[in-house]
Amino acid sequence: MKTDPGYYDYWPYHDRPKITWPNGAKVAFWVAPNIEFYELDPPANPHRKAWPGPYPSIAGYGIRDYGNRVGHMRQMKLLEKYGIRGSISLSTALCDHHPEIIELCKERDWEFFSHGIYNTRYTYGMSAEQEREMIRDSIETIYKHTGQKCAGYLAPALSHSDDTIDLFAEVGTELFGDDAGFYTCDLFHDDQPTPIHTRSGKKFVSIPYSLEMNDTIAYVVNKVEPRQYGKMIKANFDRLLEEGAESGTIMCIPTHNYQVSCPHRMKAFEEALEYITGHSDVWVTTGREIASHFIENQYDTAVADIAAKQGGMKK
Amino acid sequence: MSLDKSYLEYPQRSYGMDHELYDWSMLTDRPAISWPDGKKLALWVNLNIDFFPLNQRSNPTGVPGGMKMPYPDLRHFSLRDYGNRIGIYRLFKALDKFGVKPTIAINGVMVERAPYLMDMIKERGDEVLGHGWQMDMIHHGEVAIDEERQWVANSLNTLRERFEQPVTGWLSPGRLQSANTPTLLKEHGVEYMCDWVNDDMPYAFNTAAGAITAMPLSNELDDFFILNNNLHSEDSYAEQIMDASDFLLSEASEQGGRLLALNIHPWMLGQPHRIGQLERVLAHITSLDGVWSASASDILTVWSQQTQQQP
Repeated sequence: MKTDPGYYDYWPYHDRPKITWPNGAKVAFWVAPNIEFYELDPPANPHRKAWPGPYPSIAGYGIRDYGNRVGHMRQMKLLEKYGIRGSISLSTALCDHHPEIIELCKERDWEFFSHGIYNTRYTYGMSAEQEREMIRDSIETIYKHTGQKCAGYLAPALSHSDDTIDLFAEVGTELFGDDAGFYTCDLFHDDQPTPIHTRSGKKFVSIPYSLEMNDTIAYVVNKVEPRQYGKMIKANFDRLLEEGAESGTIMCIPTHNYQVSCPHRMKAFEEALEYITGHSDVWVTTGREIASHFIENQYDTAVADIAAKQGGMKK
Repeated sequence: MSLDKSYLEYPQRSYGMDHELYDWSMLTDRPAISWPDGKKLALWVNLNIDFFPLNQRSNPTGVPGGMKMPYPDLRHFSLRDYGNRIGIYRLFKALDKFGVKPTIAINGVMVERAPYLMDMIKERGDEVLGHGWQMDMIHHGEVAIDEERQWVANSLNTLRERFEQPVTGWLSPGRLQSANTPTLLKEHGVEYMCDWVNDDMPYAFNTAAGAITAMPLSNELDDFFILNNNLHSEDSYAEQIMDASDFLLSEASEQGGRLLALNIHPWMLGQPHRIGQLERVLAHITSLDGVWSASASDILTVWSQQTQQQP
């Protein structure tokens, strides 16, 4: 085990080279709906239990199934109303289980990125070869069902190994060259894109996917009241917009169709989306588009600036 | 280091669910339901009459809402009992004021513990649901089937005899089920169960003894969940229910009938500082155009007729 994962170097949020977004936007705004499949009776993982208590765990399983049966359509309609294309963090087995949902998202030109195969199959305990196979399966499944070359990764149930990010970058390259496997949502250290060190040395970037704005973290872990969640989203946006005048920022709302799409939470979420998309200096986009834009336009400058700052402030 | 190879095998990875309990379907793909008199939103309020024994046993799941302190946990015991002595009468008054007729899920043991309350419920004529024998007899996955069968039979027989009504609905203690529960319920004449909350409308559920209906009794809007699990304020409870009613009503206007199911515990909302928020909620919902206040059976009957399934 390491004391530091070593994916990135210290890069102060001070005097960074200016990041610019298309059309002079100050904030790149993206919504990442997690569309997940949890198994009712998954095989046991020695490091993490999938469900509390004995089989069947109907409350936990039920609300997640609710997300696909009821919540997805609600969230999709809402995002469509405000001109937002979702960047889907996908349990790729859902392509087999619920192809209707995949078709609806394809029709709307949403992005699909890998969130593993099932959200009840954890990375913990896998050999590097097993993890590579799981990641490869997920990327191939996305390609087979959507024609998209998967650009991003969020490990299933945020379960990682020391190899996760390297494996994703490598498998992406093996399958599709530079068109796949170039951004991660697994790191929460910044409000701007960060170049990430990988074994392969390819241009690979971390795109902020805010845990603080994540509806499950807000509603389940922090037990935030729905209207307060709406206020938090607006406050997060206001500050990132203000700072984005100096250098472009990123705002992400990671959602789950079994959280924001519940009837008592839709109003607060809608008000927040209406507020954000009511601004003209916002780039409403997807994870892949942000990562590509950064890699094409600012990656090298960022790498140089990070290197220059390793010794401290210039006198 | 590696995992057994079965961890990377996916035998259920195919169309539909990963089990045979019910079919996969998205709510918006189903035919629209119309409630009586052109109403859009069915309001179903369910009250819980619970008994949490002081000598709670250890079991694999714990008892949601049960004793938490070393024996004797007088604080939780008596505060739950408060609901059956004080809170329930407050709730009846509030519901009656707004003409909302509840269903009542009753632990079988309460029939002997509170005869006065049982008389009152019988006189009111509210629909009664089986709710297990008591809250420490959790129908979890490790209960022997014969024992669970006995619990189901005792609960239902006791309520049927006492209230002289068929008792066709069921809510498990703590909403927990074993793999056998749905079949045992069906074998004992239960037509609908409320534990599975994976939809906003009723749906058909398979058991070894034939189909039963799942009537989703929202857990997210349950007073215990909002106030005790999430520790939200009373004001927020009211806002959440009102936001949910407004949303469901507007969705129903476009997509067909919807169900607002409120599960209420007399020991939670029956407190003096909370009852006013329930009244605020009821005033709001009953003022909306298109709301149909109904019992679970009435809702099920209409739904069954329209979906042409036997309840």
